[in-house]
Amino acid sequence: MDEASSRPVQTFRIKTVGRASHAALVVVTVALLALALLPVFAGRTLIQDLIFLYYMLALAQCWNLLAGYAGLISVGQQAFVGLGGYILFALTLTGGLNPVLAIPIAGLVSALFAFPTALVVFRLRGAYFAIGTWVVAEVYRLAFAQVKPLGGGTGTSLTPSITSSAYGIEWVKTLLDVRTPAARDIVSYWLALALVAGTLAAVYFMLRSRRGLALGAIRDHETAAASLGVDIYRIKLAVYVATAAMTGMIGALIYLQKARISPDAAFSVLDWTAYVIFIVVIGGIGTMEGPFIGAIILYLMQHYLADFGAWYLILLGALGILVMLLAPKGVWGLVSERFDLTLFPTRRRLVVDDEERPIASKRPKMRET
Amino acid sequence: MLLEVAGLKKSFGSIVVADALDLAIEPGEAVGIIGPNGAGKTTLFNLIAGNLAPEAGYIRFDGRDLASISPQGRCRAGIGRTHQIPQPFEKLTVFENLLVGAVYGRRSSERQAAQYCGEILGRLGLLKRANSLAGSLTLLERKRLEMARALATAPRLLLLDEIAGGLTEGECSELVTTINDIRKTGVAILWIEHIVHALLAVVDRLVVLNFGRKIAAGLPREVMQRPDVHQIYIGIEA
Repeated sequence: MDEASSRPVQTFRIKTVGRASHAALVVVTVALLALALLPVFAGRTLIQDLIFLYYMLALAQCWNLLAGYAGLISVGQQAFVGLGGYILFALTLTGGLNPVLAIPIAGLVSALFAFPTALVVFRLRGAYFAIGTWVVAEVYRLAFAQVKPLGGGTGTSLTPSITSSAYGIEWVKTLLDVRTPAARDIVSYWLALALVAGTLAAVYFMLRSRRGLALGAIRDHETAAASLGVDIYRIKLAVYVATAAMTGMIGALIYLQKARISPDAAFSVLDWTAYVIFIVVIGGIGTMEGPFIGAIILYLMQHYLADFGAWYLILLGALGILVMLLAPKGVWGLVSERFDLTLFPTRRRLVVDDEERPIASKRPKMRET
Repeated sequence: MLLEVAGLKKSFGSIVVADALDLAIEPGEAVGIIGPNGAGKTTLFNLIAGNLAPEAGYIRFDGRDLASISPQGRCRAGIGRTHQIPQPFEKLTVFENLLVGAVYGRRSSERQAAQYCGEILGRLGLLKRANSLAGSLTLLERKRLEMARALATAPRLLLLDEIAGGLTEGECSELVTTINDIRKTGVAILWIEHIVHALLAVVDRLVVLNFGRKIAAGLPREVMQRPDVHQIYIGIEA
């Protein structure tokens, strides 16, 4: 300790926000405003395509947080998409609630269901966890197929009076001078934009918080994280419940937009989990940027290859396998390795508040070897 | 008594890795553990840190039975450990690695933790690498990080698992100085090491394990001179 007193006292500080971040905030705000104003100029097809892109991106961000950070490789997130959708149908068809209000309630109910579900599936590890979540989603599907007021196994539709009762539709009709179906799409578009922006903000702030620090540690080495005092179970549970809530809201929006629901479609592992995994893996798992790239790739493939029928799926699978083999960190992994780039900075830097001299020269005897 | 281990038993199939083990450590004491490969040294650490559950016996820390306490609970109670093969969080920076320990193990806020972590990094010569990714460190740096990270949790007992293995002579003596510095702050140390001379420069007592059994214990010089210890452990060198 004598050595310590002779050493000049250094004070240290933590710094999270980079200089670029304030500029990024402005860019994000401007981009959001531009996207929000897009329906004024854009045609209906583009709006519908973007709705698809937004909710797939939101689902992918949720799954990435689950699998890429918390190590929860769930193959059963369709449970919450379907649940959210069905809650919306139940609340609007039998409860007479406005669809816009039904969306947050669907999220809340999904979180409530996620809690006991987690108590069951969290007893399983690795591949067993993956299969367990899938089985749970199947149980959800079979259960909703029994609910006669919601159409049982064949499903049901929202009446036009319900779908056009969503807040803002009349307003959009008069303001933009469009018919009801187009106005409905525009309101759905705004809801989707709000949900994806909300999801991104939620994921980003979670990663920036102390939970994010633990999630980064769990992602890199779970047992080491535990031996440093991280309560793995609690953080995983929090992530599972939070993503279930977000996934439930997205599911509610998806089925408001589709206006028709059936157990087989709403709890489809292909539509709501397989595609989502494809997006995250292709784009780059364990990064926030990856799902953006993956969602755009999926959208482009679906847009240009949908006419090829089964070949589209074969190509999708082949591309997925190729990326896993050749670039396991995904497209973003390749980009960020080459350019040391990040769009969502979460790094915490240690800053030394010293006199002007650099750190190394202050402690000359430190590294002789 | 800071750590009290009694009648500890653990086996993997027919291989016994802990056989009625007893061990006691006073606050601030440094104890070394030696023994041939497969003697159950790392298993003992895994049992103390909560990564494995014993079949019989108990472990008390600060008078509290640890049986129902998770690894993270034991860390928060004051048991810090390093791993024989360093396990850094590769995609976090060196500083962030320590921050995990300080925020979760020591339960301080990130802002408070900065000063504390900075000082540890300085003491372990990692300050220059503070903002580099842990995945880019050399073996020596990884070993230092392993120790720095454990220290960030503010342990009262530090479990060091072959921290000197693979280091050069100079690096090794530097490490001994660092560990002696840590001792002076009142941290008790339990150290598994094959590099006996490094161990002897630090520890008050020595424990020899073989096939999960404690075959000798006592003052380092005396233990090293016992013929049975020579035979099973040092025999190769003699």
